[in-house]
Amino acid sequence: MSVDKATVAKIASLARIKMGDEELERMVPELNGILDWVEQLGEVDTSAVQPMTAVIPNTLRLRDDVVDADPLTGGGKRDDVLANAPAAEHGFFGVPKVIE
Amino acid sequence: MTEFTELGVKDIRDGVAAGSFTAREVAESFNAAVADAAELNAFIVTTPDHALAAADKIDADRAAGKTLGKMAGVPIGMKDLFATHGVQTTAASHILEGFKPEYESTVSQNLWNAGAGMLGKLNLDQFAMGSSNETSYFGNVNSPWRKAGSNAAMSPGGSSGGSSAAVASRIAPAATGTDTGGSIRQPAAFTGICGIKPTYGRCSRWGVVAFASSLDQAGPMARTVEDCAIMLEAMAGFDPKDSTSLEMDVPAWEAGLSADLKGKKVGIPREYRMDGTDDAILKSWEQGKEWLRDAGAEIVDISLPHTKYALPAYYIIAPAEASSNLARYDGVRYGLRELPEGAGLQDMYAATRSAGFGDEVKRRILIGTYVLSAGFYDAYYNQAQKVRALVARDFEQAWAECDVILAPTTPTPSFPLNSLNDDPLTMYLNDVFAVPASLAGLPAMSVPATLTEDGLPLGLQLVGKPFDEQGVLNAGLAIQQRANFTAKPEKWW
Repeated sequence: MSVDKATVAKIASLARIKMGDEELERMVPELNGILDWVEQLGEVDTSAVQPMTAVIPNTLRLRDDVVDADPLTGGGKRDDVLANAPAAEHGFFGVPKVIE
Repeated sequence: MTEFTELGVKDIRDGVAAGSFTAREVAESFNAAVADAAELNAFIVTTPDHALAAADKIDADRAAGKTLGKMAGVPIGMKDLFATHGVQTTAASHILEGFKPEYESTVSQNLWNAGAGMLGKLNLDQFAMGSSNETSYFGNVNSPWRKAGSNAAMSPGGSSGGSSAAVASRIAPAATGTDTGGSIRQPAAFTGICGIKPTYGRCSRWGVVAFASSLDQAGPMARTVEDCAIMLEAMAGFDPKDSTSLEMDVPAWEAGLSADLKGKKVGIPREYRMDGTDDAILKSWEQGKEWLRDAGAEIVDISLPHTKYALPAYYIIAPAEASSNLARYDGVRYGLRELPEGAGLQDMYAATRSAGFGDEVKRRILIGTYVLSAGFYDAYYNQAQKVRALVARDFEQAWAECDVILAPTTPTPSFPLNSLNDDPLTMYLNDVFAVPASLAGLPAMSVPATLTEDGLPLGLQLVGKPFDEQGVLNAGLAIQQRANFTAKPEKWW
């Protein structure tokens, strides 16, 4: 399978990356080179194989059902959370107008 | 006077504990060496005050008769992928430029708790995506090594290229690295140092900027196997904040070191003998077998039949995970915001990400988005995860025949900067020997073996069973004792 400029433009839009014509043109052969190369995976018979879900067998744990079980990842961190925001206003993240 | 910058982790820790010198003297020496090595571009920011404060605390603790930690008095470099409280953390990207975390990553906190100090944040390939340290927004890292008779700037490898350059040039006794598909081992091999990626889950990923979460593992980079064992002990450990963290005790790797390999079987995977592998690499591999045989091991041929498919599977899985992980950079919560005149929210996202990500990062996000998109998911992503299961099964079957695997770390020695930029695929092939162990989550280490005729270092790779870092370290130690690799780059910076 190979991609054309329109497809790359569509992927870039899905990935929310603005790309000009020149950048799209440049990406087309690069992406096709990579996609052609990964195509060889099709040679492998995987009909009897389950896709890997965990590389090292492990069980998912539940944390203690208490508020602020780990104070580092618990609540009450509004100012810390907002400290690096490009536009924090009134204790919220500021964004451009979303609703017309 | 002791030349402190020639000392490694163990020497410094033991010397400080014995009172042969103070931690402050050591920190001052390394701070000065870092300041003098700006031409390497190994650091994005330096933190001499952090190193001094940690050293002073150790000196005070010692004076007070307190028990000192595993890394007491050792100043280290911190790859700029680890979140450090109040210190800029960029992943070598523009999109995170100026980001000062309000928290500390578990691995770095573990190191500070063990008595280490921080010399600064080390440069890397942007978001750890690269094998040459040429994708950083903050410029290439120059390897301290050069070819004999040449002044051409060489690659320190990647993505932990700042780490490898700093340790090889003696401006840091050790550094943290992260390995997603070879990012500790390949730069270690390129610069004549040691580096180990532990079993997936040994080191917490909490506070490490995520690239491909099912593969990312932190590990130490230092000049000796012993130093790696000490530092890995300090870095590893169960962390409830990382859902894939291993709930296991950290073994006493340093105390368990032994270069006696009697009764051990070392597997030589025949599929690693690939076209395009440098002759000098093949020769060093043969030499490595001899060394391990001399240490008492039995050498056995093994087969890892899906080796050739590991790299293409990796270049689907890693970008797929990256495209998802990097969706968080939106110009809203932290980092860069590009807000063109009159732009709406969607335009802001797209403009921010366009300005904030470098070419290689964009390439991988696009590949990842494509292979996960409707209609292609099964053909690409699911097939890659099935192949990944087969790669892991190859290793499981190999463990019936051997205890540890010996292979080259890289197919070539280091190359000049800007020499492989034209084709992303050629660059990807650098990790052909490193990626299989990553896909299988196995502990793997690179140890320096020899120099090429051109005077560039070559590394040998050891891959072990899950949780058997000790077996990897021990085989590494056997090689280290026989390779007697003492070469170091001539100072030009």
